[in-house]
Amino acid sequence: MRRVFVIGTGLTKIGEHWDKSLRDLLTEAILMAVDDASIALNDIEAVYVGNMSSGYLQSQEHLGSLVATWLGIPGIAACKVEAACASGGASFHQAYLAVASGLYDCVVASGVEKMTDAITSDVTSALIMADDQEYVAYIGATFVGLNALVYRHYMEKYNVKQEKIAAFSVHCHKYAKYNPYAQFRKEVTLEDVMSSPMIADPIHLLEAAPIGDGAAAIVLCSEDFVSKLKLNREVEVLASTMATDAFSLYDREDITTLKATRIAAEKAYKIAKISPEDINVLEVHDAFSILGVIHLEDLGFAKKGEGWKLVEEGELEVDGKIPTNLFGGLKARGHPIGATGIYQIVEVTWQLQGKAGKCQVDNAEIGLAQSVGGVGGTVVINILKRVG
Amino acid sequence: MMVVESVPRYWRERKYRYRLIGSECKKCGKRYYPPRRVCLNCGSRELVEVKLVETGKVVSYTVIRVPPKEFQGLTPYVIALIELDDGTRLLSQLTDVAPEEVSTGMKVVATFRRVKEQSRDGIIEYGIKFKPI
Repeated sequence: MRRVFVIGTGLTKIGEHWDKSLRDLLTEAILMAVDDASIALNDIEAVYVGNMSSGYLQSQEHLGSLVATWLGIPGIAACKVEAACASGGASFHQAYLAVASGLYDCVVASGVEKMTDAITSDVTSALIMADDQEYVAYIGATFVGLNALVYRHYMEKYNVKQEKIAAFSVHCHKYAKYNPYAQFRKEVTLEDVMSSPMIADPIHLLEAAPIGDGAAAIVLCSEDFVSKLKLNREVEVLASTMATDAFSLYDREDITTLKATRIAAEKAYKIAKISPEDINVLEVHDAFSILGVIHLEDLGFAKKGEGWKLVEEGELEVDGKIPTNLFGGLKARGHPIGATGIYQIVEVTWQLQGKAGKCQVDNAEIGLAQSVGGVGGTVVINILKRVG
Repeated sequence: MMVVESVPRYWRERKYRYRLIGSECKKCGKRYYPPRRVCLNCGSRELVEVKLVETGKVVSYTVIRVPPKEFQGLTPYVIALIELDDGTRLLSQLTDVAPEEVSTGMKVVATFRRVKEQSRDGIIEYGIKFKPI
Protein backbone atom coordinates (compact mmCIF):
# COMPACT_ATOMS: atom_id res chain seq x y z
CA MET A 1 0.00 0.00 0.00
CA ARG A 2 1.22 3.51 -0.87
CA ARG A 3 1.16 6.53 1.41
CA VAL A 4 -1.87 8.79 0.89
CA PHE A 5 -2.04 12.54 1.56
CA VAL A 6 -4.87 15.02 2.00
CA ILE A 7 -4.04 18.15 0.00
CA GLY A 8 -7.27 20.10 -0.32
CA THR A 9 -10.63 20.62 1.40
CA GLY A 10 -13.89 22.26 0.34
CA LEU A 11 -17.37 22.56 1.82
CA THR A 12 -20.58 24.54 1.82
CA LYS A 13 -22.35 25.96 4.82
CA ILE A 14 -24.96 23.49 6.06
CA GLY A 15 -28.52 24.75 6.08
CA GLU A 16 -31.68 25.24 4.05
CA HIS A 17 -30.29 26.04 0.61
CA TRP A 18 -33.51 26.91 -1.22
CA ASP A 19 -31.56 28.46 -4.08
CA LYS A 20 -29.13 25.59 -4.65
CA SER A 21 -29.62 22.12 -6.13
CA LEU A 22 -27.79 18.92 -5.25
CA ARG A 23 -25.46 19.40 -8.22
CA ASP A 24 -24.83 23.06 -7.30
CA LEU A 25 -23.78 22.14 -3.76
CA LEU A 26 -21.58 19.24 -4.82
CA THR A 27 -19.86 21.17 -7.61
CA GLU A 28 -19.23 24.12 -5.29
CA ALA A 29 -17.58 21.96 -2.62
CA ILE A 30 -15.37 20.07 -5.08
CA LEU A 31 -14.24 23.24 -6.90
CA MET A 32 -13.29 24.74 -3.55
CA ALA A 33 -11.27 21.64 -2.63
CA VAL A 34 -9.51 21.63 -6.00
CA ASP A 35 -8.58 25.31 -5.62
CA ASP A 36 -7.46 24.72 -2.03
CA ALA A 37 -5.17 21.93 -3.26
CA SER A 38 -3.77 24.20 -6.01
CA ILE A 39 -4.33 21.52 -8.65
CA ALA A 40 -6.15 21.59 -11.99
CA LEU A 41 -9.47 19.86 -12.57
CA ASN A 42 -7.72 17.75 -15.20
CA ASP A 43 -5.44 16.29 -12.53
CA ILE A 44 -8.42 14.43 -11.02
CA GLU A 45 -8.61 10.77 -12.04
CA ALA A 46 -11.62 9.68 -9.97
CA VAL A 47 -14.45 11.15 -7.88
CA TYR A 48 -16.39 9.29 -5.19
CA VAL A 49 -19.71 10.77 -4.09
CA GLY A 50 -21.05 9.83 -0.66
CA ASN A 51 -24.82 10.07 -0.72
CA MET A 52 -27.72 8.18 0.80
CA SER A 53 -31.03 9.50 -0.47
CA SER A 54 -30.65 11.30 -3.78
CA GLY A 55 -32.90 8.71 -5.43
CA TYR A 56 -35.74 9.03 -2.95
CA LEU A 57 -35.51 12.73 -2.07
CA GLN A 58 -34.31 14.17 -5.42
CA SER A 59 -35.32 11.44 -7.93
CA GLN A 60 -31.70 11.56 -9.04
CA GLU A 61 -29.22 8.70 -9.16
CA HIS A 62 -26.04 8.20 -11.22
CA LEU A 63 -24.29 10.97 -9.34
CA GLY A 64 -20.80 9.97 -10.57
CA SER A 65 -21.39 10.78 -14.22
CA LEU A 66 -23.43 13.83 -13.23
CA VAL A 67 -20.67 15.41 -11.17
CA ALA A 68 -17.92 14.48 -13.66
CA THR A 69 -19.89 16.38 -16.30
CA TRP A 70 -20.64 19.38 -14.09
CA LEU A 71 -16.90 19.56 -13.25
CA GLY A 72 -16.15 19.55 -16.97
CA ILE A 73 -14.11 16.34 -16.80
CA PRO A 74 -16.29 13.50 -18.17
CA GLY A 75 -14.02 10.56 -18.91
CA ILE A 76 -12.79 10.15 -15.33
CA ALA A 77 -13.87 7.29 -13.06
CA ALA A 78 -16.76 8.35 -10.81
CA CYS A 79 -19.57 6.77 -8.81
CA LYS A 80 -21.84 7.16 -5.81
CA VAL A 81 -20.91 5.39 -2.57
CA GLU A 82 -23.78 4.47 -0.26
CA ALA A 83 -23.63 3.19 3.32
CA ALA A 84 -26.58 5.07 4.84
CA CYS A 85 -25.33 7.83 7.19
CA ALA A 86 -21.77 6.47 6.82
CA SER A 87 -21.77 7.23 3.07
CA GLY A 88 -19.33 10.13 3.53
CA GLY A 89 -16.84 8.07 5.52
CA ALA A 90 -17.25 5.22 3.03
CA SER A 91 -16.60 7.61 0.12
CA PHE A 92 -13.32 8.67 1.75
CA HIS A 93 -12.44 5.01 2.39
CA GLN A 94 -12.91 4.20 -1.31
CA ALA A 95 -10.85 7.23 -2.35
CA TYR A 96 -8.10 6.21 0.06
CA LEU A 97 -8.04 2.66 -1.36
CA ALA A 98 -7.93 4.00 -4.91
CA VAL A 99 -4.73 5.95 -4.23
CA ALA A 100 -3.16 3.49 -1.76
CA SER A 101 -3.58 0.66 -4.27
CA GLY A 102 -1.51 2.51 -6.86
CA LEU A 103 -4.30 2.70 -9.44
CA TYR A 104 -4.81 6.49 -9.21
CA ASP A 105 -2.57 9.36 -8.11
CA CYS A 106 -5.17 12.05 -7.50
CA VAL A 107 -8.81 11.53 -6.52
CA VAL A 108 -11.66 13.36 -4.82
CA ALA A 109 -13.68 12.02 -1.89
CA SER A 110 -16.92 13.95 -1.66
CA GLY A 111 -20.36 13.79 -0.11
CA VAL A 112 -23.66 15.56 -0.63
CA GLU A 113 -27.21 15.46 0.66
CA LYS A 114 -30.10 17.67 -0.39
CA MET A 115 -32.80 17.11 2.22
CA THR A 116 -34.81 20.26 2.80
CA ASP A 117 -36.77 20.14 -0.47
CA ALA A 118 -38.78 17.34 1.18
CA ILE A 119 -41.28 17.59 4.03
CA THR A 120 -40.41 15.97 7.38
CA SER A 121 -42.52 12.82 6.90
CA ASP A 122 -40.73 12.10 3.61
CA VAL A 123 -37.32 12.62 5.23
CA THR A 124 -38.48 10.27 8.02
CA SER A 125 -39.26 7.63 5.37
CA ALA A 126 -35.91 8.21 3.67
CA LEU A 127 -33.88 7.81 6.88
CA ILE A 128 -35.48 4.53 7.96
CA MET A 129 -34.30 3.08 4.64
CA ALA A 130 -31.04 2.57 6.56
CA ASP A 131 -32.77 -0.29 8.40
CA ASP A 132 -34.79 -3.42 7.57
CA GLN A 133 -37.72 -2.33 5.37
CA GLU A 134 -39.62 -5.63 5.64
CA TYR A 135 -39.53 -6.18 9.41
CA VAL A 136 -38.64 -2.85 11.04
CA ALA A 137 -39.90 0.00 8.84
CA TYR A 138 -42.91 -2.18 8.01
CA ILE A 139 -44.34 -1.91 11.51
CA GLY A 140 -43.86 1.87 11.80
CA ALA A 141 -40.44 2.16 13.42
CA THR A 142 -38.53 5.36 12.56
CA PHE A 143 -34.79 5.94 12.60
CA VAL A 144 -35.11 8.23 15.62
CA GLY A 145 -37.24 5.53 17.26
CA LEU A 146 -34.53 2.88 16.87
CA ASN A 147 -32.01 5.15 18.56
CA ALA A 148 -34.58 5.84 21.27
CA LEU A 149 -34.69 2.09 22.03
CA VAL A 150 -30.91 2.19 22.50
CA TYR A 151 -31.16 5.35 24.67
CA ARG A 152 -33.75 3.97 27.11
CA HIS A 153 -31.92 0.65 27.42
CA TYR A 154 -28.61 2.44 28.08
CA MET A 155 -30.11 4.57 30.87
CA GLU A 156 -31.67 1.52 32.51
CA LYS A 157 -28.69 -0.79 32.11
CA TYR A 158 -26.13 1.68 33.47
CA ASN A 159 -28.48 3.65 35.72
CA VAL A 160 -27.64 7.01 34.11
CA LYS A 161 -29.89 10.07 34.27
CA GLN A 162 -30.97 11.55 30.94
CA GLU A 163 -29.50 14.98 31.74
CA LYS A 164 -26.02 13.46 31.80
CA ILE A 165 -26.45 12.24 28.22
CA ALA A 166 -28.37 15.25 26.90
CA ALA A 167 -25.37 17.39 27.95
CA PHE A 168 -23.62 16.13 24.80
CA SER A 169 -25.90 18.40 22.73
CA VAL A 170 -25.00 21.41 24.88
CA HIS A 171 -21.31 20.69 24.29
CA CYS A 172 -21.74 20.55 20.51
CA HIS A 173 -23.71 23.79 20.30
CA LYS A 174 -21.11 25.58 22.40
CA TYR A 175 -18.49 25.00 19.68
CA ALA A 176 -20.69 25.33 16.60
CA LYS A 177 -20.97 29.05 17.23
CA TYR A 178 -17.36 29.46 16.07
CA ASN A 179 -17.90 27.42 12.89
CA PRO A 180 -19.01 29.59 9.94
CA TYR A 181 -20.16 26.45 8.07
CA ALA A 182 -22.39 25.16 10.90
CA GLN A 183 -26.17 24.96 10.59
CA PHE A 184 -26.83 26.21 14.14
CA ARG A 185 -24.32 28.77 15.39
CA LYS A 186 -25.83 29.31 18.80
CA GLU A 187 -25.53 27.90 22.28
CA VAL A 188 -28.30 25.97 24.00
CA THR A 189 -28.71 25.21 27.70
CA LEU A 190 -29.44 21.83 29.23
CA GLU A 191 -32.86 23.19 30.12
CA ASP A 192 -33.48 24.11 26.45
CA VAL A 193 -32.60 20.55 25.45
CA MET A 194 -34.68 18.84 28.11
CA SER A 195 -37.72 21.02 27.50
CA SER A 196 -37.66 20.72 23.69
CA PRO A 197 -40.44 18.58 22.13
CA MET A 198 -40.20 14.79 22.24
CA ILE A 199 -39.68 13.14 18.80
CA ALA A 200 -39.43 9.52 19.95
CA ASP A 201 -39.28 9.09 23.74
CA PRO A 202 -36.83 9.65 25.35
CA ILE A 203 -35.20 11.60 22.45
CA HIS A 204 -35.96 15.33 22.48
CA LEU A 205 -35.74 17.46 19.34
CA LEU A 206 -32.54 19.11 20.63
CA GLU A 207 -30.90 15.72 21.13
CA ALA A 208 -31.20 14.87 17.43
CA ALA A 209 -29.14 16.04 14.47
CA PRO A 210 -31.11 18.46 12.30
CA ILE A 211 -32.21 18.06 8.67
CA GLY A 212 -30.01 20.12 6.35
CA ASP A 213 -28.40 20.47 2.93
CA GLY A 214 -24.66 20.42 2.39
CA ALA A 215 -21.69 19.12 0.45
CA ALA A 216 -18.02 18.63 1.27
CA ALA A 217 -14.98 17.41 -0.65
CA ILE A 218 -11.39 16.37 -0.07
CA VAL A 219 -8.55 15.89 -2.56
CA LEU A 220 -6.36 12.86 -1.84
CA CYS A 221 -3.16 12.00 -3.64
CA SER A 222 -0.05 9.85 -3.71
CA GLU A 223 3.48 10.80 -2.65
CA ASP A 224 4.55 10.78 -6.33
CA PHE A 225 1.85 13.29 -7.17
CA VAL A 226 2.83 15.58 -4.28
CA SER A 227 6.47 15.51 -5.36
CA LYS A 228 5.71 16.03 -9.04
CA LEU A 229 3.56 19.12 -8.40
CA LYS A 230 5.76 20.28 -5.48
CA LEU A 231 2.69 20.46 -3.22
CA ASN A 232 2.51 20.81 0.51
CA ARG A 233 2.34 17.34 2.10
CA GLU A 234 1.01 18.38 5.47
CA VAL A 235 -1.56 15.74 6.30
CA GLU A 236 -1.31 11.98 5.80
CA VAL A 237 -4.01 9.33 6.12
CA LEU A 238 -2.58 6.90 8.69
CA ALA A 239 -5.45 4.43 8.53
CA SER A 240 -8.85 4.03 6.90
CA THR A 241 -11.01 1.11 8.03
CA MET A 242 -14.60 -0.03 7.68
CA ALA A 243 -16.63 -2.62 9.58
CA THR A 244 -20.21 -3.87 9.74
CA ASP A 245 -22.42 -5.14 12.55
CA ALA A 246 -25.68 -7.08 12.49
CA PHE A 247 -27.99 -4.98 10.30
CA SER A 248 -30.76 -4.37 12.79
CA LEU A 249 -31.25 -4.17 16.56
CA TYR A 250 -33.16 -7.49 16.72
CA ASP A 251 -29.90 -9.36 16.02
CA ARG A 252 -27.75 -7.59 18.64
CA GLU A 253 -27.09 -9.11 22.03
CA ASP A 254 -26.14 -5.76 23.56
CA ILE A 255 -27.79 -2.77 21.93
CA THR A 256 -25.73 -0.30 23.98
CA THR A 257 -22.50 -1.13 22.10
CA LEU A 258 -21.76 -0.53 18.42
CA LYS A 259 -19.63 -3.54 17.66
CA ALA A 260 -18.68 -2.14 14.24
CA THR A 261 -17.02 0.83 15.96
CA ARG A 262 -14.95 -1.54 18.09
CA ILE A 263 -13.88 -3.67 15.11
CA ALA A 264 -13.05 -0.73 12.81
CA ALA A 265 -11.27 1.22 15.57
CA GLU A 266 -9.18 -1.71 16.73
CA LYS A 267 -8.05 -2.33 13.17
CA ALA A 268 -7.33 1.36 12.58
CA TYR A 269 -5.31 1.74 15.80
CA LYS A 270 -3.27 -1.31 14.79
CA ILE A 271 -2.59 -0.07 11.25
CA ALA A 272 -1.72 3.44 12.50
CA LYS A 273 0.36 1.95 15.33
CA ILE A 274 -1.30 4.20 17.90
CA SER A 275 -3.60 3.84 20.91
CA PRO A 276 -6.59 6.05 21.83
CA GLU A 277 -4.35 8.16 24.14
CA ASP A 278 -2.35 9.32 21.11
CA ILE A 279 -5.37 11.03 19.53
CA ASN A 280 -5.40 14.81 19.93
CA VAL A 281 -8.68 15.60 18.22
CA LEU A 282 -11.81 13.54 17.66
CA GLU A 283 -14.94 13.79 15.52
CA VAL A 284 -17.70 11.34 16.49
CA HIS A 285 -21.01 10.64 14.74
CA ASP A 286 -23.45 12.09 17.31
CA ALA A 287 -26.63 11.73 15.28
CA PHE A 288 -28.27 11.60 18.72
CA SER A 289 -26.85 12.63 22.11
CA ILE A 290 -26.82 9.01 23.26
CA LEU A 291 -24.70 7.97 20.29
CA GLY A 292 -22.06 10.60 21.12
CA VAL A 293 -21.73 9.05 24.57
CA ILE A 294 -21.68 5.45 23.31
CA HIS A 295 -19.03 6.25 20.67
CA LEU A 296 -16.64 7.62 23.30
CA GLU A 297 -16.88 4.25 25.04
CA ASP A 298 -16.60 2.06 21.96
CA LEU A 299 -13.62 4.05 20.64
CA GLY A 300 -11.77 3.32 23.88
CA PHE A 301 -11.95 6.65 25.71
CA ALA A 302 -14.24 5.51 28.54
CA LYS A 303 -15.56 2.32 30.14
CA LYS A 304 -19.03 1.10 29.15
CA GLY A 305 -21.66 3.16 30.90
CA GLU A 306 -19.23 5.99 31.66
CA GLY A 307 -18.85 7.94 28.40
CA TRP A 308 -21.09 10.72 29.75
CA LYS A 309 -18.52 11.45 32.47
CA LEU A 310 -16.10 12.81 29.84
CA VAL A 311 -18.72 15.42 28.94
CA GLU A 312 -19.38 16.31 32.57
CA GLU A 313 -15.69 16.53 33.47
CA GLY A 314 -14.88 18.83 30.56
CA GLU A 315 -12.59 16.33 28.83
CA LEU A 316 -14.22 16.98 25.43
CA GLU A 317 -13.36 20.70 25.53
CA VAL A 318 -10.67 22.30 23.38
CA ASP A 319 -8.21 21.97 26.31
CA GLY A 320 -9.55 18.63 27.60
CA LYS A 321 -8.08 15.15 27.45
CA ILE A 322 -9.88 14.27 24.21
CA PRO A 323 -11.16 17.38 22.38
CA THR A 324 -14.30 16.22 20.57
CA ASN A 325 -16.67 17.67 17.95
CA LEU A 326 -15.10 21.12 18.10
CA PHE A 327 -16.96 22.26 14.98
CA GLY A 328 -20.35 21.40 16.48
CA GLY A 329 -20.73 17.71 15.65
CA LEU A 330 -23.76 16.34 13.83
CA LYS A 331 -26.01 18.04 16.36
CA ALA A 332 -25.03 21.63 15.64
CA ARG A 333 -22.67 21.70 12.64
CA GLY A 334 -25.40 19.67 11.00
CA HIS A 335 -25.86 16.28 9.35
CA PRO A 336 -26.40 16.33 5.57
CA ILE A 337 -26.30 12.53 5.65
CA GLY A 338 -23.94 11.49 2.83
CA ALA A 339 -21.73 14.56 3.27
CA THR A 340 -21.30 14.36 7.05
CA GLY A 341 -18.38 11.93 7.04
CA ILE A 342 -16.48 14.27 4.72
CA TYR A 343 -17.23 17.35 6.88
CA GLN A 344 -15.72 15.47 9.83
CA ILE A 345 -12.49 14.72 7.95
CA VAL A 346 -12.26 18.31 6.69
CA GLU A 347 -12.52 19.47 10.31
CA VAL A 348 -9.85 17.04 11.50
CA THR A 349 -7.60 18.19 8.62
CA TRP A 350 -8.04 21.85 9.63
CA GLN A 351 -7.09 21.00 13.20
CA LEU A 352 -3.90 19.28 11.99
CA GLN A 353 -3.12 22.24 9.72
CA GLY A 354 -3.67 24.73 12.54
CA LYS A 355 -6.60 26.30 10.67
CA ALA A 356 -9.31 25.67 13.27
CA GLY A 357 -9.53 29.26 14.50
CA LYS A 358 -11.01 29.69 17.98
CA CYS A 359 -11.47 25.92 18.32
CA GLN A 360 -7.83 25.11 17.54
CA VAL A 361 -6.34 22.37 19.72
CA ASP A 362 -2.74 23.30 20.57
CA ASN A 363 -0.26 21.36 18.52
CA ALA A 364 -2.80 18.79 17.25
CA GLU A 365 -0.88 16.01 15.55
CA ILE A 366 -3.25 13.03 15.23
CA GLY A 367 -7.01 13.13 14.63
CA LEU A 368 -9.73 10.50 14.25
CA ALA A 369 -13.10 10.75 12.48
CA GLN A 370 -15.84 8.16 12.99
CA SER A 371 -18.69 7.84 10.48
CA VAL A 372 -21.69 5.65 11.37
CA GLY A 373 -24.37 4.17 9.12
CA GLY A 374 -27.77 3.10 10.45
CA VAL A 375 -27.74 2.25 14.15
CA GLY A 376 -24.13 1.10 13.75
CA GLY A 377 -24.69 -1.34 10.89
CA THR A 378 -21.65 0.26 9.24
CA VAL A 379 -18.80 2.22 10.83
CA VAL A 380 -15.87 3.85 9.04
CA ILE A 381 -12.82 5.09 10.95
CA ASN A 382 -10.26 7.44 9.42
CA ILE A 383 -7.10 8.49 11.26
CA LEU A 384 -5.06 11.43 9.97
CA LYS A 385 -1.66 12.78 11.03
CA ARG A 386 0.22 16.03 10.55
CA VAL A 387 3.48 15.20 8.79
CA GLY A 388 4.61 18.61 7.53
CA MET B 1 -44.27 11.01 -2.00
CA MET B 2 -44.49 7.37 -1.04
CA VAL B 3 -42.21 4.36 -1.19
CA VAL B 4 -42.86 2.32 -4.36
CA GLU B 5 -45.79 0.05 -3.47
CA SER B 6 -45.99 -3.53 -4.61
CA VAL B 7 -48.43 -6.38 -4.08
CA PRO B 8 -45.95 -9.25 -4.58
CA ARG B 9 -43.46 -7.66 -2.23
CA TYR B 10 -46.12 -7.72 0.48
CA TRP B 11 -47.53 -11.13 -0.54
CA ARG B 12 -44.24 -13.05 -0.38
CA GLU B 13 -43.71 -12.19 3.29
CA ARG B 14 -47.23 -13.09 4.41
CA LYS B 15 -46.41 -16.41 6.09
CA TYR B 16 -43.77 -14.84 8.33
CA ARG B 17 -45.74 -11.69 9.04
CA TYR B 18 -49.10 -13.37 9.72
CA ARG B 19 -47.98 -16.42 11.66
CA LEU B 20 -44.74 -15.40 13.37
CA ILE B 21 -42.65 -17.99 11.55
CA GLY B 22 -38.92 -17.61 12.12
CA SER B 23 -35.96 -19.92 11.66
CA GLU B 24 -33.98 -22.12 14.01
CA CYS B 25 -30.39 -23.27 13.65
CA LYS B 26 -30.19 -27.06 13.84
CA LYS B 27 -26.57 -26.85 15.03
CA CYS B 28 -26.68 -24.30 17.87
CA GLY B 29 -30.43 -23.89 18.42
CA LYS B 30 -30.48 -20.11 17.98
CA ARG B 31 -33.73 -18.70 16.60
CA TYR B 32 -34.21 -15.74 14.24
CA TYR B 33 -36.97 -13.41 13.15
CA PRO B 34 -37.15 -12.64 10.29
CA PRO B 35 -35.98 -16.07 9.04
CA ARG B 36 -32.70 -16.48 7.19
CA ARG B 37 -30.35 -19.03 5.62
CA VAL B 38 -27.11 -18.61 7.57
CA CYS B 39 -26.78 -18.65 11.36
CA LEU B 40 -25.25 -15.45 12.75
CA ASN B 41 -24.19 -17.29 15.86
CA CYS B 42 -22.36 -20.38 14.52
CA GLY B 43 -22.25 -19.92 10.74
CA SER B 44 -24.24 -23.07 10.04
CA ARG B 45 -26.47 -23.22 6.96
CA GLU B 46 -28.76 -25.81 8.49
CA LEU B 47 -31.67 -23.63 9.45
CA VAL B 48 -35.31 -24.71 9.45
CA GLU B 49 -38.51 -22.71 9.65
CA VAL B 50 -40.13 -22.76 13.04
CA LYS B 51 -43.22 -21.26 14.67
CA LEU B 52 -41.96 -18.86 17.34
CA VAL B 53 -43.65 -18.59 20.73
CA GLU B 54 -46.17 -15.78 20.91
CA THR B 55 -45.38 -14.46 24.39
CA GLY B 56 -42.44 -12.38 25.56
CA LYS B 57 -41.34 -9.22 27.33
CA VAL B 58 -40.46 -5.64 26.41
CA VAL B 59 -36.66 -5.07 26.42
CA SER B 60 -36.92 -1.40 25.41
CA TYR B 61 -39.58 0.85 23.91
CA THR B 62 -40.22 4.26 22.41
CA VAL B 63 -43.21 6.41 21.54
CA ILE B 64 -43.19 7.54 17.91
CA ARG B 65 -44.39 11.14 17.64
CA VAL B 66 -42.96 12.01 14.21
CA PRO B 67 -43.99 9.15 11.87
CA PRO B 68 -43.68 8.34 8.18
CA LYS B 69 -46.77 9.40 6.24
CA GLU B 70 -48.49 6.00 6.20
CA PHE B 71 -48.55 5.88 10.02
CA GLN B 72 -49.71 9.46 10.60
CA GLY B 73 -53.19 8.43 11.73
CA LEU B 74 -51.77 6.29 14.53
CA THR B 75 -49.50 8.76 16.35
CA PRO B 76 -48.48 8.56 19.10
CA TYR B 77 -47.79 4.81 18.94
CA VAL B 78 -45.34 2.52 20.71
CA ILE B 79 -42.51 0.57 19.06
CA ALA B 80 -40.76 -2.02 21.21
CA LEU B 81 -37.78 -4.36 21.12
CA ILE B 82 -39.34 -7.61 22.36
CA GLU B 83 -37.65 -10.77 23.59
CA LEU B 84 -39.91 -13.79 23.10
CA ASP B 85 -39.94 -16.52 25.75
CA ASP B 86 -37.85 -18.70 23.41
CA GLY B 87 -35.12 -16.02 23.31
CA THR B 88 -35.89 -14.65 19.83
CA ARG B 89 -35.75 -10.86 19.58
CA LEU B 90 -37.88 -8.79 17.22
CA LEU B 91 -39.23 -5.29 16.75
CA SER B 92 -42.96 -4.73 16.86
CA GLN B 93 -45.67 -2.22 17.53
CA LEU B 94 -47.53 -2.42 20.84
CA THR B 95 -51.29 -2.12 20.69
CA ASP B 96 -54.25 -2.02 23.10
CA VAL B 97 -52.17 0.01 25.56
CA ALA B 98 -51.64 3.74 26.18
CA PRO B 99 -48.02 4.87 25.71
CA GLU B 100 -47.77 5.99 29.34
CA GLU B 101 -48.78 2.52 30.57
CA VAL B 102 -45.89 0.74 28.83
CA SER B 103 -42.88 -0.31 30.89
CA THR B 104 -39.67 -2.25 30.40
CA GLY B 105 -40.13 -5.92 31.32
CA MET B 106 -43.86 -5.79 30.55
CA LYS B 107 -45.25 -9.18 29.45
CA VAL B 108 -46.79 -9.13 25.98
CA VAL B 109 -48.50 -11.50 23.54
CA ALA B 110 -48.74 -11.49 19.73
CA THR B 111 -51.97 -10.43 18.07
CA PHE B 112 -52.94 -10.30 14.37
CA ARG B 113 -53.69 -6.74 13.25
CA ARG B 114 -54.08 -4.38 10.34
CA VAL B 115 -50.74 -2.56 9.88
CA LYS B 116 -51.29 -0.06 7.06
CA GLU B 117 -52.93 0.54 3.71
CA GLN B 118 -51.24 1.00 0.34
CA SER B 119 -52.16 4.44 -0.94
CA ARG B 120 -52.38 3.67 -4.66
CA ASP B 121 -54.41 0.45 -4.82
CA GLY B 122 -55.87 0.39 -1.33
CA ILE B 123 -54.30 -2.99 -0.48
CA ILE B 124 -54.60 -3.46 3.28
CA GLU B 125 -51.43 -4.87 4.84
CA TYR B 126 -51.64 -7.03 7.96
CA GLY B 127 -49.12 -8.34 10.44
CA ILE B 128 -48.35 -9.12 14.06
CA LYS B 129 -48.48 -6.54 16.82
CA PHE B 130 -48.08 -7.23 20.53
CA LYS B 131 -50.42 -6.37 23.42
CA PRO B 132 -50.00 -6.60 27.20
CA ILE B 133 -50.98 -9.90 28.81
